[in-house]
Amino acid sequence: MPDIIFRDGSIRQNQWIVVPRPDSGESLNIPDHERALIPADLWLAGREHFVGREDIGVWFDSHDEPEILADHVNELPLIAVNFPKFSDGRGYSIGRLLRERFGFKNELRAIGDVLLDQLQFMKRCGFDTYELRPDKDIRKAARSLNFFSQGYQAATDTDLPLFRRRAS
Amino acid sequence: MYVYDEHDRQMMAERVAQFRDQTTRALAGELAEDEFLPLRLQNGLYIQRLAPMLRICVPYGMLRSVQLRRLARITRDYDKGYAHFTTRQNVQLNWPDLEDVPDILAELAEVEMHANQTSGNCIRNTTTDQFAAVQSDELVDPRPYCEVIRQWSTFHPEFAFLPRKFKVAVNASEQTDRAAIRVHDIGLQIVRNEAGELGFRVHVGGGLGRTPMVAPVIREFLPELDLLTYLEAVLRVYNRYGRRDNKFKARIKILVKALTPEGFAEKVETEWAHIKDSPSRLTPEAIERIQGYFTEPDYAALDNATDLLAQQRFENRGFDQWLQHNVDTHKKPGYAIVSLTMKKTGTPPGDVTDRQLEQIADLADEYSFGEVRVTHQQNVVLADVRQDRLLELWQQLGPMGFGTANLNTLTDIICCPGGDFCALANAKSIPVADAIQRRFDNLDFLYDLGEIDLNISGCMNACGHHHVGNIGVLGVDKKGQEFYQVSLGGSSQHDASIGKILGPSFARDDMPDVIAKIIDVYVNKRTDEESFLDTYRRVGIDPFKERVYA
Repeated sequence: MPDIIFRDGSIRQNQWIVVPRPDSGESLNIPDHERALIPADLWLAGREHFVGREDIGVWFDSHDEPEILADHVNELPLIAVNFPKFSDGRGYSIGRLLRERFGFKNELRAIGDVLLDQLQFMKRCGFDTYELRPDKDIRKAARSLNFFSQGYQAATDTDLPLFRRRAS
Repeated sequence: MYVYDEHDRQMMAERVAQFRDQTTRALAGELAEDEFLPLRLQNGLYIQRLAPMLRICVPYGMLRSVQLRRLARITRDYDKGYAHFTTRQNVQLNWPDLEDVPDILAELAEVEMHANQTSGNCIRNTTTDQFAAVQSDELVDPRPYCEVIRQWSTFHPEFAFLPRKFKVAVNASEQTDRAAIRVHDIGLQIVRNEAGELGFRVHVGGGLGRTPMVAPVIREFLPELDLLTYLEAVLRVYNRYGRRDNKFKARIKILVKALTPEGFAEKVETEWAHIKDSPSRLTPEAIERIQGYFTEPDYAALDNATDLLAQQRFENRGFDQWLQHNVDTHKKPGYAIVSLTMKKTGTPPGDVTDRQLEQIADLADEYSFGEVRVTHQQNVVLADVRQDRLLELWQQLGPMGFGTANLNTLTDIICCPGGDFCALANAKSIPVADAIQRRFDNLDFLYDLGEIDLNISGCMNACGHHHVGNIGVLGVDKKGQEFYQVSLGGSSQHDASIGKILGPSFARDDMPDVIAKIIDVYVNKRTDEESFLDTYRRVGIDPFKERVYA
């Protein structure tokens, strides 16, 4: 499994397997003895079965509605958001909603077509780990995370936009 | 005019360093072409037909003389000694080398300029009326709100990969709309409500391109302080639900139409309810702070120079014509608004040489407190000229090439770079503009025709705003041949409308004749006070059709 980048730029071993959505008629294939991320709606459908398990998290696709887990986010140790193509920006809104609207406190991870130049945006939108596309140079991640020392707007990392910080 | 503080300076410097790193990685092959594409676009860099093209941002059209001089130097050092004023109040360089772009951006940053978000699927430069703060019929100066929006939209982490580009325009004048807000993704009209409070009427979902639309109103009154949270709600709804499967259906206008304006507005209101009282809500102090940068220049206490000007006009017919057409009334007695036309026949509309940029800078310093405004009609405005110095100014303009007294006439053509430069274009646009300007070279005839917007785009993307030209010309490709489709009746004003296609398209050589026939019909059908648009709206398209295709 490729390593994972943390928001402080450190690189650690990945502990989680992403379980793809099963084809219709197939059942969910959760691996034994490994931590698994399953499609969020399937977790919700089997919530009574999964809740409290520290080895089961969920993933959203970019067209999914995070609202479905609004009341349950903190029952999950990890939520991942898939960026099917780096140019698909829906995941940034999903990240902010999970953090700022639904109050998700545990690990939020970006998966899929994650490239170095998106990391800064993901970090500001509440993502704290990033599964970089394997062909990219993971050693450059720290630099990419830290090009900007601040932002103009409020986001997940700060609820104070620059115009309020200037005033204080 | 806005001046950077240490925060702006720091972020702009960081941006330059970031793009230098990205360019290095692209040149080293670490970034695939499609991966580098959005990064370079968000720094203004296109790869064009002949060379890269760099679009430099001019926030809401405002430039200082020091910035003009720097632009001149950059065109000399890195380009071929000329630049192009665009139809979105920006400046383009046509011939920079990719590896030089980080250095160009660094040079721009030294004079508080940049190329951020001038292209790509993100929030673009916010535009406004070039007569902001100097005309008498506006509620307030719109530029501080543009600056508030600039700061909010710059490097916004959630909205850097929207379904498609996104353009915001602000207008504060009650009678005119020089910012064409109804053909923007978001158009903000500054208004007062019945209680006298300041706010915005919010239009969403206008635009040109393949599916031209006039933006419906989705909120009649948005209180001033709620501006940013409401914009954030609109953008979030668009980011989440705008179409991403088809580039031609990805603009917000398609979403607004699909949901209906009421349905779209409801979604925005629901989203907004969650964030309207967040710390992103503006404060009176934040707005006052920005307004503090847009205070009035140090005007002298003057009377209108009515007698002097009357005398000068009497003695000099050219000056009289120029005054009548290129000079507008200023809110301060004794001052005037001067439009320098970049529309001299023989020069592509909006093109200026390095020397001309420096001349404009000199004129700004000498006559207009060191500032100019770029217009979406590709002209340049000296907003604060003393009336008693107009003659002296005018005498210098002719030799410089800015004195053509054709503002708002048929030959004050809005024209995109077209097939001569642009990789997207289906057809050339500059030679069409040139041929029409040559055909209509009699100023008295042009004045008799009155105000006519003639807009030319080289393709469907409509950078030349052809849909909202009273006469619009669109370049089309038919089996590898360049043809031109004509539409009539467009307007970008408060009465905004999309032009109607006249009929089958024409060969380039026929275009001056076609325009002449259209003008002919107008001249024959008009009543005394009617503009071209008035006549068209009264008689409809048929008489024009009959004459042109006879």
